[in-house]
Amino acid sequence: MIVHIPGALRSYTKEKSELAADGQSLADVLSTLDRHYPGIRFRIITEQDRIRPHIRIFVNDKQIGDLSVALQPDDRIHIICALSGG
Amino acid sequence: MPRSRKATSSQRNTGAVALLIGTRKGTFILRGDRTRRTWKLSAPMFLGHIVHHVVLDPRDRRTILMAARTGHLGPTVFRSTDFGKSWKEAKTPPAFPKAPEGQNGRVVDHVFWLTPGHPGEPGLWYAGTSPQGLFRSNDGGVTWKPFSYINDDPQYREWMGSAQDGTPDGPKLHSILIDPRDPKHLYFAMSGGGVHESTDGGRTFAPMINGLETVEGFDAATVTFHDPHCVRLCPTNPDRLYQQNHCGIYRIDRPSNEWMRIGSNMPKKIGDIGFPMVLHPRDANTVWVFPMDGSTVWPRVSPGGKPAAYVTHNGGKTWTRQDKGFPRANAWWTVKRQAMTADAHEAVGLYLGTTSGEVWASRTGGASWTCLVRHLPEIYSLEAAEL
Repeated sequence: MIVHIPGALRSYTKEKSELAADGQSLADVLSTLDRHYPGIRFRIITEQDRIRPHIRIFVNDKQIGDLSVALQPDDRIHIICALSGG
Repeated sequence: MPRSRKATSSQRNTGAVALLIGTRKGTFILRGDRTRRTWKLSAPMFLGHIVHHVVLDPRDRRTILMAARTGHLGPTVFRSTDFGKSWKEAKTPPAFPKAPEGQNGRVVDHVFWLTPGHPGEPGLWYAGTSPQGLFRSNDGGVTWKPFSYINDDPQYREWMGSAQDGTPDGPKLHSILIDPRDPKHLYFAMSGGGVHESTDGGRTFAPMINGLETVEGFDAATVTFHDPHCVRLCPTNPDRLYQQNHCGIYRIDRPSNEWMRIGSNMPKKIGDIGFPMVLHPRDANTVWVFPMDGSTVWPRVSPGGKPAAYVTHNGGKTWTRQDKGFPRANAWWTVKRQAMTADAHEAVGLYLGTTSGEVWASRTGGASWTCLVRHLPEIYSLEAAEL
């Protein structure tokens, strides 16, 4: 599946905006990303395994709030930085 | 706790000074020459990051740790071993343990405070977070773990209170202090939650709030209600600590457990409310504060829009206003608790960063002030690095 990376996280991905990743669940995919790009997961997921307040994650067009959600190989994941101005 | 009064004397510095500036929008380094007359500002580092503290390791004078987050992204610590030329992120930033299923665990919102460890413990650092948590790194800031028992102790959690008991930007653990004579003798403070001491390397801590006042109507015997803004330990007399509190300026001389309000001697129209507390590197009787307006709704600006430092040379018996060079009126800024510091030159240099993004300096112990830089983002922290 393809993971879309927001600009705020591209310092971790060598400026790549799209990454290919495998996993049975969103948790799996984020762990895979963190193995390849250490530190990226903690910037968007808390130590209590919750999505941080100003981060949104969409699978295809549906917003996801639970990391245990099952994924399909052709799913597209968007990580979005949302509403944190000032 | 009897201890030798003698401590390692803080040496005079004659070299150049650099100011490490943490702002709401990134980090800057302002490098001075040996005379402290010429200064050069770096380009912004981590532009857009919210930087609460940037600290040089005085044990090697090369390593800098920076506490940062962004509006979107979670908190972390960045580390430079070449004085800011290059940076790497901590492998495991400060984080609370994962709570058991069905329980609400705490989440570090931001790392607020960084303290290098004892000179005899190279690579050891402490960090304080919001909400209140105490963390330690044994490898120069690469990996962090919760330190001591206080983060999860039911009594300490009660003293930490809720978000309503903390500052508008979240409750914070700060002012982590290490006795230069004994690395196991530690202090920390919490806003809110009081001042605490350990004499056994963090195995146990105990509150140290006797003599401190609380906001009218709140019980001073309740630890939760105490809001120390900044606590400092005298480098040449570690038995003496000074504190700028939400409710005044205090001093304590150990082994006494009783804080003494020395801010009562400040001019009544100025009061003794503020954030920073700055100590002379060699004279335990000389300290500086930077008062702010703590009346009515707490505007947290310079009283009357007229900024001034106040200095005492006798441990708080008398205070002298130091405003030469500052704007005479209509300067509605103040200085946060980590944003005022001193160097160790013979004529002590003082430096402060304002909420309006200016850096001011005095090469004369506060007798006169000069603006070094304008138009930075809101300054959260400013540390003098002796090169």
